[in-house]
Amino acid sequence: MTEQILPVLRVDGIVKEFPVKGKAIFGKSVEAVQAVSGVSFSVDPGETFGLVGESGCGKSTLGRCIVHLIKPTEGQVQLAGEDIIGVTGRKMQDVRRNLQIVFQDPLASLHPRMRIHQILAEGMRLAHLPRQQVKERVRELIELVQLPADVADHFPHELSGGQRQRVGIARAVSLNPQVIVLDEPVSALDVSIQAGVLNLLKRLQEELGIAYVFIAHDLGVVRYISHRIAVMYLGRIVEIASTKDLFANPQHPYTLALLSAIPLADPAAERNRNRIVLQGDLPSPLNPPSGCRFRSRCWKAQDICSTRTPALREISSGQRVACHFPSAETPAT
Amino acid sequence: MDATASPSPLLDIRDLHASFRGPKGYSEAVRGVDLTLEAGKVLGIVGESGSGKSVTMMALLQLLPATSRITGSARFKGRELIGMPHEDIRRIRGKQIGVVFQDPLTAFNPVITIGEQIAEAIELHDSSISHRAALSEAEHLLDMVAIPQPGSRIRQYAHEFSGGMRQRAMIAMAIANRPALLIADEPTTALDVTVQAQILDLMQELRETLGIGLVLITHDLGVVAGSADEIAVMYGGRIVERGTADDLFRERRHPYTRGLLDAIPKMVDMPESLTPIEGTPPSIWARPTGCSFHPRCRFATERCRHEDPMLRMVGATYSACHHAEDLPAIAGPASAASQTREFTETGL
Repeated sequence: MTEQILPVLRVDGIVKEFPVKGKAIFGKSVEAVQAVSGVSFSVDPGETFGLVGESGCGKSTLGRCIVHLIKPTEGQVQLAGEDIIGVTGRKMQDVRRNLQIVFQDPLASLHPRMRIHQILAEGMRLAHLPRQQVKERVRELIELVQLPADVADHFPHELSGGQRQRVGIARAVSLNPQVIVLDEPVSALDVSIQAGVLNLLKRLQEELGIAYVFIAHDLGVVRYISHRIAVMYLGRIVEIASTKDLFANPQHPYTLALLSAIPLADPAAERNRNRIVLQGDLPSPLNPPSGCRFRSRCWKAQDICSTRTPALREISSGQRVACHFPSAETPAT
Repeated sequence: MDATASPSPLLDIRDLHASFRGPKGYSEAVRGVDLTLEAGKVLGIVGESGSGKSVTMMALLQLLPATSRITGSARFKGRELIGMPHEDIRRIRGKQIGVVFQDPLTAFNPVITIGEQIAEAIELHDSSISHRAALSEAEHLLDMVAIPQPGSRIRQYAHEFSGGMRQRAMIAMAIANRPALLIADEPTTALDVTVQAQILDLMQELRETLGIGLVLITHDLGVVAGSADEIAVMYGGRIVERGTADDLFRERRHPYTRGLLDAIPKMVDMPESLTPIEGTPPSIWARPTGCSFHPRCRFATERCRHEDPMLRMVGATYSACHHAEDLPAIAGPASAASQTREFTETGL
């Protein structure tokens, strides 16, 4: 009787290259820059999968590949067991219903000349829902995201940042999707507003059972909302673990550095901590280091790191790390 | 009273007001701010967008639009900055007071090399220096802020620098004339956390080696927790709580300070749900009566709606709340401190 839960979203070996013209720094001509270099993971129904990393790590490109806003160079995305890359026409409409996205800047992603009720209705209109039903659903959605009923007749610029992001979320859930990709949904908001939007996302997930792919650079935010987290560096996942394991027992040196860089709102703790400050800058994705891409900034790097790319391997149940010398195997000095 | 006994502070702001002209006359963005900073210390000013934290500092540097109105007093090394003639303030700005802005890409001229821009900042305040000497000083400054290969970097343009490096170059320019005071307005907001850690480290180091007084303006309480000696929390153009970093985080005598801390996702023992602050910050054109925070405050009473609380000493901090005395009792003890301590014990 034990039925295995099938993942609602499966991302398999996604590679995304962007063509580049001209010459790289050392005169070597390049044809493409790899923003995402072979990323795989799966998300269960009702789960929040966090994707963290710093600017340029490819997390947003990956998010856009997942919802098919851009076509990946290689790899496949499965939604509820069905391949969606390369799907077109009518079939794509069905995919879109079930796979939605919320962007970072709600002012840029809401049509400035449409009223809120029109914005919310548009998806349903395109899905040919009866008019009366759409009208009712709009009212329901506004209530669901805890906005005052009169926002329906306003324009996006008349709302505050937090309210606008709630509209973006309402629009994403309007067709009862199975998965929503949230690309930095709260990073443009003030902290006092951010907490309310995060709580709303949590509640919607509990009520509607939607799975989230939550992309953010703020580890505190990701920790609060995610069940599992993947850390990305220069186009690759370097560590995947449950939220609890990742914070209690980080294995990849980059994860350690990232965690230790977060400022804590506690003066005594801040003064006493041993912060790992990474040296140098993120290498250019045009010319990434050979082998392990983090090795140029890693304090543990050995010869093997420049010759062999570490595979993402399981080191304990549910925790996978791409490092030749994870913390569990060599105690940090 | 006895000015000779204790040296006057580096920066002494008293009852500073700044207002802007709008469709219905003038409105105050900064409403009576008092702040002091000693040489070699760090003052953190924390608040959300529109709280008046940047306007306060821009007002004393005379960097606000000409139509703005500024009153009050701001003494820098004993000299009054407010109302100072433009010629005089220009000699202080960039010489004795350095400024670092949030976005270093817009702060640099895109068509002049970084080296030339830093050299220009030096020559502007020292007419006797040769251009070559200024350029070599620029190179030395880039080296000081840990930019690799400063010799070739001075010949590059801002777009050739990464975000973190641009901010380092910005800091190099701000300290070019060895200022006594550095004002950093959200210096790390546009940066990634690992880069932020590098920049905060650098500023701490400069403070120690050069003895610079630092004003750190930020919206992130975490950024100032470890680096500031004293913190002022601003809301609606006023300071609502002020104290040493330790006292402020421990006591939290203002509901807004508490609200900010409760709204930040924690690193250890995360509560099931965060507590947002309901509502939105007030606009300067429509400020609530009484305490500006009362429409968003859980503890607001009738008195808060009519009477604007003054900043006064309660416990170990200064707080502008009618309920500051009993706030720890009614709002419960501060809990985050012990939580984060646990996080540091794990070695992070």
